[in-house]
Amino acid sequence: MELTLWTYEGPPHVGAMRIAASMEGVHYVLHAPQGDTYADLLFTMIERRDKRPPVTYTTFQARDLGGDTAELVKRTIAQAVERFQPEALLVGESCTAELIQDQPGALAAGMDLGGIPMVSLELPAYSKKENWGAAETFYQLVRGLLKEQVPPPGSPKILPTRWRQEGRRPRVNLLGPSLLGFRCRDDVREITRLLGEHGVDVSVVAPLGARPADLLRIPSADANICLYPEVAAPVCSWLERSFGQATVKTVPIGVAATTAFLAELTTLLGLEPAEGTQTESERRSRLPWYSRSVDSTYLTGKRVFIFGDATHAIAAARIASQELGFAVVGLGTYSRELAREVRAAAKELGLEALITDDYLAVEKAMAEAAPELVLGTQMERHSAKRLGIPCAVISTPLHVQDVPARYSPQMGWEGANVIFDAWVHPLMMGLEEHLIGMFRHDFEFVDGHRSHLGDGAPSVSPVADAMQDGVASAAAPFGVAVATPPAAGASPHEPVWTTDGETELHKIPFFVRGKVRRNTESFARERGIGEITAETLYDAKAHFSR
Amino acid sequence: MPSSVTPSSVTPSSDTPAGDAATRAGGGDAPPEVRKESGQREVFCGLTSIVWLHRRMPDAFFLVVGSRTCAHLIQSAAGVMIFAEPRFGTAILGERDLAGLADANEELDRLVRDLLERRPEIRTLFLVGSCPSEVIKLDLARAAERLTQQMAGRVRVLNYTGSGIETTFTQGEDQALMALLPHLPASDEEQLLIVGTLADAVEDRFTTLFERMGLPRVRSLPPRRSTDLPPIGKGTRLLLAQPFLSATARALAHRGGQLITSPYPFGVEGSRLWMEAAAASFNLDPAAVAGVLDPLVERGRRAIEPHRQVLRGKRLFLMPDSQMEIPLARFLARECGMELVEVGVPYLDRQLMAAEQALLPAGTPLSEGQDVERQLDRVRAERPDLVVCGLGLANPLEAEGLATKWSIELVFSPIHGCDQAGELAELFARPLRRRELISFA
Repeated sequence: MELTLWTYEGPPHVGAMRIAASMEGVHYVLHAPQGDTYADLLFTMIERRDKRPPVTYTTFQARDLGGDTAELVKRTIAQAVERFQPEALLVGESCTAELIQDQPGALAAGMDLGGIPMVSLELPAYSKKENWGAAETFYQLVRGLLKEQVPPPGSPKILPTRWRQEGRRPRVNLLGPSLLGFRCRDDVREITRLLGEHGVDVSVVAPLGARPADLLRIPSADANICLYPEVAAPVCSWLERSFGQATVKTVPIGVAATTAFLAELTTLLGLEPAEGTQTESERRSRLPWYSRSVDSTYLTGKRVFIFGDATHAIAAARIASQELGFAVVGLGTYSRELAREVRAAAKELGLEALITDDYLAVEKAMAEAAPELVLGTQMERHSAKRLGIPCAVISTPLHVQDVPARYSPQMGWEGANVIFDAWVHPLMMGLEEHLIGMFRHDFEFVDGHRSHLGDGAPSVSPVADAMQDGVASAAAPFGVAVATPPAAGASPHEPVWTTDGETELHKIPFFVRGKVRRNTESFARERGIGEITAETLYDAKAHFSR
Repeated sequence: MPSSVTPSSVTPSSDTPAGDAATRAGGGDAPPEVRKESGQREVFCGLTSIVWLHRRMPDAFFLVVGSRTCAHLIQSAAGVMIFAEPRFGTAILGERDLAGLADANEELDRLVRDLLERRPEIRTLFLVGSCPSEVIKLDLARAAERLTQQMAGRVRVLNYTGSGIETTFTQGEDQALMALLPHLPASDEEQLLIVGTLADAVEDRFTTLFERMGLPRVRSLPPRRSTDLPPIGKGTRLLLAQPFLSATARALAHRGGQLITSPYPFGVEGSRLWMEAAAASFNLDPAAVAGVLDPLVERGRRAIEPHRQVLRGKRLFLMPDSQMEIPLARFLARECGMELVEVGVPYLDRQLMAAEQALLPAGTPLSEGQDVERQLDRVRAERPDLVVCGLGLANPLEAEGLATKWSIELVFSPIHGCDQAGELAELFARPLRRRELISFA
């Protein structure tokens, strides 16, 4: 048993729903209790879709459990096939149905479904999660549809350069974009345009918008682009093994990553290298100039904490450290499947990656790192609110505000523009930052106020400041945090702040105050200083500035 | 596309699809026939009740014992609000718990201890049962007793079911109140007990009005603080503010409370009858009662009037959701002049609904249960002017050109009482008005 206040991912059958709902002509029969239809809302409300997801639920109730639930499954399958006449059928269970073991896939296999392909999904709800479910469903569906086409072992591979012999433009598949993914709708558009400008056509985009018939065309492309490894990595690797179809693995989020993506693609497909891709990035994205312009100087060394799915977290770390000049003070992911990649990215930044799906562990790490900006998921907005830290969303889980009407890709040149605006916006603007640092007695522009956000200033209560270093008490309620000292505070030699020290501390701008408090305390502890005065604070400040 | 859609008639006697049983309830005046349907149900489970109960009782914490699906449901419903301090969570069962490798009870104890250590301000902890915990027969009632003892009076640990297999949406509140019931102190003092969650302002307003009528002791269940539980006994008259409290109403009656039968306080008429019924049960002076109510009724009617202009003659289809459908249909038909095409309920408690059913226009087609595809076939065949439905169906129906009113809002809005009648009507008029207003030509 595991206590979860917020979960980063849904159960695996939600991942399967994402595949079914992203595609056309696929129907999903889900053996699930009454109430599990809540998942429809993810699509009709968060994604704001204008049609019901193609999912038929058995919605069994307690009274059905005494009877023949297997019969209910068969009846539901027959009715769904007759009514919706899909081109392919997915059959699976939700967590409760997994417990009663009706084997809906096996039942469907024994039925006459009029010859449509049927994929029986085995998604262990008590050990796997949403992205795994999506990846597994996508893989099983592609494999099921393409297994007839797989050439015998030893057959020649699909050469990424065969387009030359065939006298046509090269073409690639975009694999991974799906509903409830982060900005997939616009990423596909941005990357398709980018590829078009480099003379590359897009053959199949899947699962988003594809029909089963489109999946059958996957092997006709020269290479696959794995845009979202969380969803498409298993499929890409199977296509590579079975057809010898190569995969472009760089995810083009960020200016440098987009440049690297183009370089990888160019080499792989044997395209003429575009002249000076560096200058292309300067020409096509505004991020490089915006980030170099003097107004951005105050962004230098801003401490940022990053958490999300692996793909977006790694991309964000690179953009933050190299393209915006932030200092990344924390990096982590809930995607255990891609933990290794995140660990490597963290190591490059001299950090240890936080691999967890425990929201409280993330909140604690965030409090300890005392960042000035959090780049995270919808969940990190909760912790950031609690700690009074500005926050921007970079990854799923998301809510309705992150499926915007406007064009908002994360990938490619325009994606970098969107990212610059979105990440800088929550920070206090330069002038305000200076003035609040100088004059602390204002009646309107008070500590922690960000006037460009209207009334959206952080909830900087005096406690929020204390919270910022409330290590073990990260989740304690307001007012209790100070009363319950952290485990480390049990030592009798813990330094104590004098009134004069506290007063001096509160003259430090609020967004770095947590860090200064922590540094000063560790400085005092190391030197066995019992009382922290204003002088101790300045000693520590000088010490750490070296 | 539906392959062979035969829109069935909404008068069930003439064309009852196979598998449905049109029933005729016994009794003197023939009540309207009810179409009973079974099939896919597009409804919430009772866990969703946490979304409003956590605000009603901020000193309570709701710990669902279930799967990741349960956790996902609640956060999808409530996660758009940003919580500095979560008031609900899920103890997610893992493979070890299912395989019996871990003692589920020990695991739960450990988890609850951790939670309460972190959150010492919690006074009542609800262990909320889910489909998985019920299918594996985890005894949460005993766990609640055990934990209450361990917490030695500091925290009361209670248990109720919010599972989809047992409860539909608002029935979660019914079950939560049932869990509070054994802890209600016994007292035979005379009091009026309003049962069912009300918005704070509405609750205050009713209390004031009853005081003016000469009824000084009015209490509410659930209370605003989980520890301020009202007493119950022979002197208690029970007034249900919500129609979905079947189990609670019966259990309170069992403890000596007398149930006041009345329509529910939606709209001017329903609210007046509701308050009058309470006044009558205490033998209050009818003239004094009328003195309080008459101006409210008059003002309420005036507030409804502009919305009535929009709603009059419009055809309404209500899909099952909360059990509030019948009282709302009654209000919309009688006070706003709407025509009822079909009124669907997830569950029909004939006793608690009798007063309401008597007020429904004769021959109103009622349906209990759901086969959502067939019900949608009826919606499409009838093309009503307004469909009250859940959020899984609302946008898809809008895209088909049908105006909808999403039903969940009705449990999140202050809609009870004469003073709220205008607002209640407005909730239904607003989507129609909006359709008139929006144009891109």
